[in-house]
Parts: sequence; C-alpha cells; structure tokens
Amino acid sequence: MPLLDVKDLKTYFRTDDGIVHAVDGVSFSVEKGKTLAIVGESGCGKSVTCMTIMGLNAKRNTMTEGQAIFKDRDLLKIDPDELRKIRGNEISMIFQDPMTSLNPVYTIGAQLREAVQLHENVSKQVANSRSVEMLKAVAIPRAETRMDDYPHQFSGGMRQRVMIAMALVNNPDLLIADEPTTALDVTTQAQILKLMNQLQRDFGSAIILVTHDLGVVAETADDVLVMYAAKVVEKGGYEDIFYRPEHPYTWGLLNSLPRLAAEGSDLKPIPGTPPSLLQPPSGCRFHLRCTYAISPCIPEVPELLPVGGESAGDHAVACHLEPEFRRRESHDLLHEVMAEQQT
Amino acid sequence: MVRYVIRRLLWAVVLFLAVTILTFLMFFVIPVDPAKLVAGKAATPAQVQHVAHELYLDRPLYVQYGHYLKELVWNHSLGYSYGNRQSVNSIISQAAPVTAALVFGGAILWLLVAIPIGIYSALRPRSKGDRVAMVGVLAGISAHPVWVGYMLSLIVGYKLNLLPIQGYCNLRGASEGQTCGGPYDWFMHMLLPWITFAILYAAFYVRMIRSSVMETLNEDYVRTARAKGAPERTVIRRHALRNAMLPVVTMLGMDIALALGGAVFVEIVFGLPGLGYWAIQSVFSFDLPIIAGTVIFASIMVILFNLIIDLLYAVIDPRIRLA
Repeated sequence: MPLLDVKDLKTYFRTDDGIVHAVDGVSFSVEKGKTLAIVGESGCGKSVTCMTIMGLNAKRNTMTEGQAIFKDRDLLKIDPDELRKIRGNEISMIFQDPMTSLNPVYTIGAQLREAVQLHENVSKQVANSRSVEMLKAVAIPRAETRMDDYPHQFSGGMRQRVMIAMALVNNPDLLIADEPTTALDVTTQAQILKLMNQLQRDFGSAIILVTHDLGVVAETADDVLVMYAAKVVEKGGYEDIFYRPEHPYTWGLLNSLPRLAAEGSDLKPIPGTPPSLLQPPSGCRFHLRCTYAISPCIPEVPELLPVGGESAGDHAVACHLEPEFRRRESHDLLHEVMAEQQT
Repeated sequence: MVRYVIRRLLWAVVLFLAVTILTFLMFFVIPVDPAKLVAGKAATPAQVQHVAHELYLDRPLYVQYGHYLKELVWNHSLGYSYGNRQSVNSIISQAAPVTAALVFGGAILWLLVAIPIGIYSALRPRSKGDRVAMVGVLAGISAHPVWVGYMLSLIVGYKLNLLPIQGYCNLRGASEGQTCGGPYDWFMHMLLPWITFAILYAAFYVRMIRSSVMETLNEDYVRTARAKGAPERTVIRRHALRNAMLPVVTMLGMDIALALGGAVFVEIVFGLPGLGYWAIQSVFSFDLPIIAGTVIFASIMVILFNLIIDLLYAVIDPRIRLA
C-alpha cells in the first residue's frame, strides 16, 4: 500500500478574472521511502498540488476535490486541526526560497525548537538537543553556537540546510520539497541534493520533489510525474521517463536540456508558452505547441493509459498518437542524444 | 552599539546647528524691526537705537548668531519674548507638558483603536467588518481636525453637556488664577482634545497596520510556520505580528516627534496653551524669540525621538546592525 495515494485531485482558485484550474484531475502515489519527482514548466500546477496536500492554500478562494489518502486518512477531508498535527510532524515541507522562508526576527534555534515543541510536549532542553543534533545531521558547522544566530547570518545554502533540518526534526514519513534547489547556485544545489539523498537513506522518509530541472530529477528520483497545464501527461519509473519517454511534451523537456558535450548545437526549447489555466485549450492541452498533433488532439482529452510492451508496470501516458509511432520517435530521440554526446 | 550611539549623537549636534542657523536667519528675512517692537509704539528713535544695541541688533550677523548660540548652549536660554519680556524658556516649559499630555494621550488612544481594528481588517479582508472599518478610515482621514474638534465641542460639550470644551487644567492641582486642577479635571479637559487628535491618526494607522499585517501574512516564513504545524493563532501572534509592527514603530516615532512640536489645530480649537498655541500667537505678534524657541524645541524632540526609535528598532529587528 502506498504511503500517499492521490486520486483525481482538483484545485481551483476563484479570482477576479474567473476560475483558475490550477490542478485538474491529478493522480499519483508515493511509496514509503521512495522519491517521486513532479516535473513541468512554471505554472503547471506542481506547487499547488503540494500545497493542496498540505492544506496550505488560502481557504477563502480555493475549491478542492478528490482524495489524498495518507495512512488511511483523507488529507483533503479531515478536520483542519487534525491536519495541522500531521503538518510538520508526519508530512513536512521545504520551499523554494530559503532566503525568505525563515522568520527574520527569531534565532534559528528558536525556530527549530518551535518545530519540535509544536508536536511533542518536551522540555526546552530536549527540544534544544534534538535541534542541535539535526543541525549536525545537515552538516552545519559549529551547530551549538549557530543555534543562537539569526537567519540573516547564514548563506542561502546554509539556510536551506536549516530548513531541511527543521523539516526532518520530527522524523516525518514524507518530505515535500518544492523546488528546494532552484534559488541556489549550482555547486550548492549539488550539495543540497546529495544531503537530501543521504538523509533519505538515514531517516527513511519518502520525498516528493517538485522541480522543473530534469538534471535534479536524474540525480534523485525513483518515480517521475510529468505535468503540463494542470494535468499529468506522463508518469513512470525514472528509467521509463529518461529512456522510453512516450509523450511529445516529455520529449520536448528532454530535448531542451542544455548538453555540455554537444558543442555548437543550439538549445532546443519547446516552442510557444504554456496555456492560460483560466480557459485551458480543448482536447489535449499540449496540442497548440505539439509538432506531432493530429486531428483527435483538438476535441478529445486523451486519457492517461498504461503503456504496453516492454515498459509495462506503472508507466502511463496521455497521448492520442499511435503507440507504435511514439515508440519509434522515442527511440530515435534517444539515439540522437546518445550520438550527440559521443561526438 | 556604543559607537553607533556616539555617531548618532554627533550627527544630532550637526543637525541641531543647522536648525538653529535656519531659525536664526528667519529673524532677518521677516520685514519687521524687532527693536521697534520691543521699544513700543511711543518710543523715540534714540530709545529704539538703545534697544537695538541691547538686543545685539546693531552688530554683524555672525556676531548676533554667536551671541544667540552662546546664550542657548551656555546659559540654556532661548532669549526673551519681544512682547512682554518673559523668558522663552519659561513659556516653553509651561507649554511643553500641555502638548506632551495631548500627544502621548492621543497616541495611546489611537493605538488602542488602530491596532485591533487594523489586525481584524487584515485577517478578514473584504468582509463586512473590514468594509465598515475602511469607510471609517476614509471618513477619519477626510475629516479635518478643526471640524471634528468643533463638532465634538458642539455635540458632546455644548448640547449634551458631558465634557468641558475649553481650557487646560494642571494635573498636579490648581495653580493661581485657575479654577480647576488635579487628575480628574485634567483628564476630563483632555478627553475631547485626545479624541479629536486621535481620530486622524487612528485612521492612518488602521490603514497602515492593515496593509502591513496583510503583507506579512503573505511572507514565506508565515507559510513555513503553517507548514510546521503551528496553530493559526500562533502563526499570527508569533510570526506575523512582530514583523508587521516594525513599520508601525517607525511611523509612531516620527508622528509623535512631529506632533510634540505643537498640535496646532487641536490646541487652538480647545484653547490648550501648548506649543502650537504659542507658536501661532507669536507668529501673529512677530514675537520672533518665541517662534525660534518652539522651532528649536520641536527639532530637538524630532532628533531625540528618531534616536530612540532607531535604538528600539534594533531591539525588535535583529537584522539592523548597530555598528
């Protein structure tokens, strides 16, 4: 049984311009101790999906449907106070911008201790020693003395380590990381990813990793969910997505990765921009930007169906193209990439 | 911290000198002859000459300024009124407590009103309560204190006869020539002025606190606090409000300092002999030493309060480094 099972999740926001369909029927599951990566362009609903699971959207203008079953409880339906007790304890979350995610007027020690004491009735001393231990686990030098420092006395990478420490201090079953490395420079990114991988081995938490960076996915993910315009277009194991991708959008994402080896070859971005979620396009939402689009793509919404053949299992794709054709294209794409890398 | 205070104090001295020079120059751009004012209407040219010499008016400008500054710094004297030769020091030391009572009492009142309403509005934007509050704010900002003051006098004071509408009573007890005194009389006489004074500021502060709290509630660290599992009450009290109050503290310092120089409208309407009242009176009679005295006193207050606020700021916001 999966740790978290999300079924047909829908999140709509009422705005002055109309209803924004930010997440429109998303299903996925996260296995215990595994990492699921959610990828897609900015504004495709990755973050909103996570915020909805955590119950962190503003209540005033949000409408939510579907199920998110976590340990036999539906997170979307349980009492807010019940959900509050799960947040930061059984499921915790880290965010994109470590520079602004910590409260500037409290020491990080105070903020870490708060995370412990919100969920457990322990003394300040106990909370303190657990916080120091956690800071050591995320490799912050001189952890004891740094407890008394304020967030502005830490660099971006160090702050993200503090955020990770704060998220893991109660040993959660699931860590949701919303673009945890996007705001950091490349070397710091690599350190943070390595740290997350290592902590996952040590603590056994499952991770939902939201990112738009396929490089990050390649380094961490067990399973991958590709989202486009509030819907899932493809999902599968890490190998399915990287070696046997079947959706033209996934091809586009892989193709637009800058490759160091291929000198002189230009970046190949996906043409066009993501559609508005106020009035999403009919049929397959990607058809406006898809070079392979055929006539059924415009009126008919493709279903997310399991892929047959050699890559059975959880690999599924939502596309009207002939499976035979998709497999051939995917194969060619992979060859192209390999060839480029060899030259 | 100590170095910071010293540096700030040195700057304060520079500012103080600049203010005195500017105020002093006022004596010469105003087209009246102080000697004639002091000597009186029936004075002979010789008498006027004599008075001019007494007041250093026949000496070069820099000597006059030097004399003024020396009197101020050495003898702590702001000079003497042209009108009745009363010392400006004694006028200010009598007027300042009146203005201070008005300003501090008013500030307490407007904060008591503005903080809860501002927070309430921020937590429930566009709700009925918020809309009512915002209409009230608009009315409070639009209504001129003179109008508010006279309306309160008319309705509460005159028609309903609930509160006195004129004058000031000593807090410590009646001084000679006064019919009232003591804490009760003082309080009753200050009530209407406080309300009048507080309405405008309360309106401004509701709006400012509302937007500050709303902005803070959108901060990432507030989201972090919620993600940690903090109950909403803790999120607001511990994580949002402390940050939201930072700009309010700054504004409060500025507003109090400025108002201490004289809350002119309210003092005039309610006949309170505060600094603003004296400043206006002396402007009409060209009593330059009193004008200069109130201006210099007000600027000292502004300088002092800015220093206090800066130090206070460093206490609530650790990012401010006092080095």
